[in-house]
Amino acid sequence: MELITPDFGLLFWMTLAFGIVFFILAKFALPVINGMLKKREEEITNALELAERTHKEMEQLQVDNEALLHQAREERDKILNEAKLISDRFIEEAKVKANEEKDRIIENAKETIENEKMAAATEIKNQIADISIKVAEKIIGKTLESDKEQMDYINRLLQEIEERTQK
Amino acid sequence: MRNSISFVRKYILNLITCLFVISFTILTPVKVFANDNGHETEEKFDAGELIFDHILDSYDWHICTWKGNHISVYLPIIVYSEGEFYCFSSKNFHHEHQYHAMNKHGDAVVFEIAEDGKYKGKVVRVLEDGTQIRPLDISITKTVCGLFISCTLLVVVFLLVAKGYRERGEKAPKGIQALVEPIILYVRDDIAKPNIGEHYERYFPYLLTVFFFIFFNNLLGLIPFFPFGVNITGNIAVTAVLALFTFVITNFMGSKHYYEDIFNTPGVPWWLKFPLPLMPVIELVGCFIKPFVLAVRLFANITAGHIVVLGFICMIFILGEMSAMAGAGMSVLSVLLAVFADCLEVLVAFIQAYVFTLLSSIYFGMAAKHS
Repeated sequence: MELITPDFGLLFWMTLAFGIVFFILAKFALPVINGMLKKREEEITNALELAERTHKEMEQLQVDNEALLHQAREERDKILNEAKLISDRFIEEAKVKANEEKDRIIENAKETIENEKMAAATEIKNQIADISIKVAEKIIGKTLESDKEQMDYINRLLQEIEERTQK
Repeated sequence: MRNSISFVRKYILNLITCLFVISFTILTPVKVFANDNGHETEEKFDAGELIFDHILDSYDWHICTWKGNHISVYLPIIVYSEGEFYCFSSKNFHHEHQYHAMNKHGDAVVFEIAEDGKYKGKVVRVLEDGTQIRPLDISITKTVCGLFISCTLLVVVFLLVAKGYRERGEKAPKGIQALVEPIILYVRDDIAKPNIGEHYERYFPYLLTVFFFIFFNNLLGLIPFFPFGVNITGNIAVTAVLALFTFVITNFMGSKHYYEDIFNTPGVPWWLKFPLPLMPVIELVGCFIKPFVLAVRLFANITAGHIVVLGFICMIFILGEMSAMAGAGMSVLSVLLAVFADCLEVLVAFIQAYVFTLLSSIYFGMAAKHS
């Protein structure tokens, strides 16, 4: 019978002890534990969300990068092409210029040569005239009177000779 | 992975060792009993008395008997009679049959432990004409003492756990914190949340306290060494108080809807409510039966477990009285059976804590619902 009869003393102490335990736990231990558990769960949820977001961002970034790379490649090709065109044009121009220069120089040279040739020819003619006069003086034995007259004569002779050679 | 396996293996090994130790030390009080009184008495071995000695409360805490001498912790007796408190050690009853105290008028007041009758085993006051009256008795008995010890342990454990949380913050739990956390989460996510719903947080501290209180006392009751091994949750007074707490919380937090359901139950024919208020009466009685059943279930389960374990051990001595050989042979079987029963009791310790908390939360959930 004692087994199933609650004893008053025990009821009293049990109420007191359990009440105190309940109070201490509910006041000092459980709020800390619950708060931290909740905080940790939030933390984990946040971390997972962040990971998800980062993953998505990474994917987006990768796509962006791909596009950027593509664009850069196109840009590069364009620039290269342009550069090639410009350089080609330059080369072409340079070639043309060089040719012109060359032609001009050659022309100049030809002119100079012609002039030189003419000068030389005149010189030779003069000398020949001189020599001819001297020869003629020697041959004639006397100095011809008028230099001018003589020179004209010789020149005429030379002209004739020239004409003859040219014929 | 390998770590967790080795941890589990270690844990199981420890558990088995503990259980062996438990079942061997359970032998101690039995041996003691065999030559009680310090003489080679021819007293018949009474298994029932031994078992009930363990199950029931007492004023001293018997640890063991060594060479015929009882080694006990004598606990204080506190009684209140005729406007006065009397406080004395139960050691007084060990030496003499009666304890003589003086009240404030200088009259002698005699106390003794009743040997039979209505108050058998309890402290009674003997009046001059020899009649026994029971004073108000709030002695620190064995159960109360065990209760204090387990409560202290519970508080210490939880303060340590809270300290762990405070120190480690949101980092992974460690040590005792890691041991308790899964149970806390289990109580929260599998008991409180699904049965109470969104307002579970109001009841959570109580549910957690009740769960761990029962679980701790169940487990400590299985340890047969001195500061533990008291049949606390197998005492009807203890379980009655727990059930009372649940009852009070249920009805205090009960919504209008809950009381409407009791006194004007919807969905039943009117003639069940009027003129004879059959349904309201049934519902009202149900309110009291629910916590009553909680108390009885826990008490009966734990007491039965203790009786079974002790019963297996007592079989050794019952057979031993017939022949030494039979007792020796039985000891092997008895220890095996006791180990089995202890394993079962560890399981029951958890299950009963779970059931009590689960049912409490179901009652709270029913009382708190609004729609």
